[in-house]
Amino acid sequence: MIRERNLNALVLILLFTVPIWAFFNDQPFTITLATRAVIFALAAVGLNICLGLGGLVSFGHAVFFGIGGYAMGILAHHAQTYTPLMEAPFLIEGTKSMPVIWLVAMITSAFAALFIGMLSLRTAGVYFIMITLAFGQMLYFFSISWTSYGGEDGLSIYVRNEFPGINTLVPVNFFIICFVILCLVVALNAFIKKSPFGLALNSARQVPQRVLTVGLNPTHLKLVAFVISGVITGLAGALFADLNRFVSPTMFSWQTSGEIMIFIILGGVARLCGPIIGAVTFVMLEHFLGGISDFWHIYLGILLLVIVLFAPGGLVGLITGRGISHD
Amino acid sequence: MPTILIIEQILNGLQFGIMLFLMAAGLTLIFGVMGLINLAHGSLYMIGAFAAATVAGLTGSFVLALIAAMAAAAIAGVLVEMLVIRRLYSTNHLDQVLATFALILIFSEGTRLIFGSFPLFLNIPDYFSGPVTLLGGIEYPLYRLVLIFVGLAVAGALGLLINGTRIGIQIRAGKNDREMIAALGVDISKLYTLVFALGAALAGLSGALVGAIQSVQVGMGEPVLILAFVVIVIGGIGSIKGALIGALLVGLTDTLGGVFLPEIFKLFMEPNAAQTSGSALASMAIYILMGFVLIWRPTGLFGTRL
Repeated sequence: MIRERNLNALVLILLFTVPIWAFFNDQPFTITLATRAVIFALAAVGLNICLGLGGLVSFGHAVFFGIGGYAMGILAHHAQTYTPLMEAPFLIEGTKSMPVIWLVAMITSAFAALFIGMLSLRTAGVYFIMITLAFGQMLYFFSISWTSYGGEDGLSIYVRNEFPGINTLVPVNFFIICFVILCLVVALNAFIKKSPFGLALNSARQVPQRVLTVGLNPTHLKLVAFVISGVITGLAGALFADLNRFVSPTMFSWQTSGEIMIFIILGGVARLCGPIIGAVTFVMLEHFLGGISDFWHIYLGILLLVIVLFAPGGLVGLITGRGISHD
Repeated sequence: MPTILIIEQILNGLQFGIMLFLMAAGLTLIFGVMGLINLAHGSLYMIGAFAAATVAGLTGSFVLALIAAMAAAAIAGVLVEMLVIRRLYSTNHLDQVLATFALILIFSEGTRLIFGSFPLFLNIPDYFSGPVTLLGGIEYPLYRLVLIFVGLAVAGALGLLINGTRIGIQIRAGKNDREMIAALGVDISKLYTLVFALGAALAGLSGALVGAIQSVQVGMGEPVLILAFVVIVIGGIGSIKGALIGALLVGLTDTLGGVFLPEIFKLFMEPNAAQTSGSALASMAIYILMGFVLIWRPTGLFGTRL
C-alpha cells in the first residue's frame, strides 16, 4: 500500500516526465494526449471542490467548461477575422492573448456560477442534480442556435493563441503551461481543504446545523465553493478549446458534465489527486481501448460499474488501501 | 394565425407530452419507491424500440411488436435490477448516477454491436396510417391520435393500479416507509423488482410507440430521458399525478414554443433575427420552465419531501 501523499507526488511526476520523454523522442501525439489529460484533470479538480468538499453533485459543470471554451472561441474568432466584438457603447476588440482570454473565461464563469448557484442552492439532493443539468441543457441548446458563432458547427480557430514569452505552437510548451496551471490549482485546492473556509464547508456538507449554530451560513459557504469550482472548470474549458483550436456545443452537452464527474469517481471523490488519476486513466483507456475496439465504451462502462460497486473509494482508495476519505 | 394550425400544434404537444408521461411515470415510481436515480431508463426505451422493430420485421404484426417491446424492456429491467441496481439502493445519489451512466454506455454500445449504427425502421401499421378528419375539418394523422388515447389509457390504468389495488397500496406504502412495510411482511425486494419491471415496460412501450414515427437508433433514449427528468422534477419526484401534469406542460411548452415563439418575435423584430432568437428561446423554454418551477417550489408541483 502506498501513502496517499506519495501517490500524489508519483502521479504528478509521471504526468510531467512522460510528455518530456515524448518530446525528446519526437512523439508529439503522446504530448497531445498528456495535455488533454491535464486539462480534463483541471476541470475535474474544479468540480471536486464543490462535489468532494461541498457535497454538491453538480451535473452541469459542462456549463463552465463550455463558457470557458466559448470565451476563447469568441475572442480569438474576432481577433482572427479583425472584427470588433462590440462597437457601442465602447469598442471591444478580439484578442489572441492567452492570459486575457483566461481572465475573461474565469470572470464569465464566476458570474455564471454565482447566478446558477444562487438559484440551484435553493434546492438540494436530486433536485440540485437536475436543476444544474437543466442549466447545462439550456446553454447547450442556446449555443446550438447561436448562429453568429457557428451554431451547431462550432468555431474553428486557425492558430493557437499566444502567451507572452513562450512559443505556444510547440506542443510541449503548451503542455507545460497547462501542467503548471494544474499544479497551482491543486496547491490551491490543498490550501482550501485545510483553510477555515474548507473546514467550515466540510462540516456544512456533513451537518449544516452545526455550521449554523456557530454563526456561519452553510448556503453561502456552498455558493462560494460552487463559484470557485466553476471558475476553475471555466479555465479548463478555455485551455481545452485552445488545445483543439475548436469549440462546439458539445462542450456544453450533458455527456461532458457526466465525463467530468466520471474522472472524479474513477479517481476517488474528495481526494486531492483523485480527479487527476481519473482523468489520466480515462484518456489512456480512451486511447488504448479505442485502438482495440470501436465499442470501447462497453469496457469503460463495465469498469465504471465495477468501481462504483466494489471500490467506492475509486482508484486512489484502491491503491492506498483506504476505502473512502470521508463519510 | 389560423385556428387549425393552433389546434394541430396543441394535439402534437399533447401527443409528445403523453409519450413523455410513459417514460416519466416509470422514472418517478422508481425514484419515489426506491430513492434511485435511474439514468439507464433511456436505454430501456431504446431496448423497447429495437425489440419492436425486430419483431415487427419478423412477424409483420404491430401488436406483437408492442408486446415484445414491453417484454424485452421488462426483462432487461429485471436483469439490471437484480444484478446492479439492487446494490445501489443504500448508496448516495452520486454512485447511482455513475453506475446507471455506466449502464447507458454498456447498453448503447451493446445495441450498436448487435444492430449496427444504422437506424432501423418501424412502420405504422396500415390500419392506423393516414389522416383522419376531426371536428371542424381538421386533418390529423390517425396514429398520433391513437398515441394520445393509448397514453391516456395507460395513465388511467396506472392510476387504478396505484390507487385501487393491493400492489398499489404496497407501492405507496413503500414510498412512505420502507422499513414499516417490510416489518408488515411484504417482501420488499420483490416489490422493488416489480416496480422496476413495471417502469421498464412502460419505457419500452413508449420507445416502441414513438419508434414508429421516428427512427429507431442507438442513442434515441437519452434526449427523452433528459426530458423525462425535467418532467418529474417539475411534477415533483414520486408523484404520478405530477408526472402527468409535468409531461403535458413540457410537451405543450416545447411544441407550441417551437412554432409560436418565432412568430411572436416577428411582431417586434426583423424576420430573420426573430426566427433565430425565437427558436433559440424555444429550445430553452422547457428548461426555463423547470428553473422557474424549482425556484417557486423547490420540490416540484406535487412533491412532498426533499
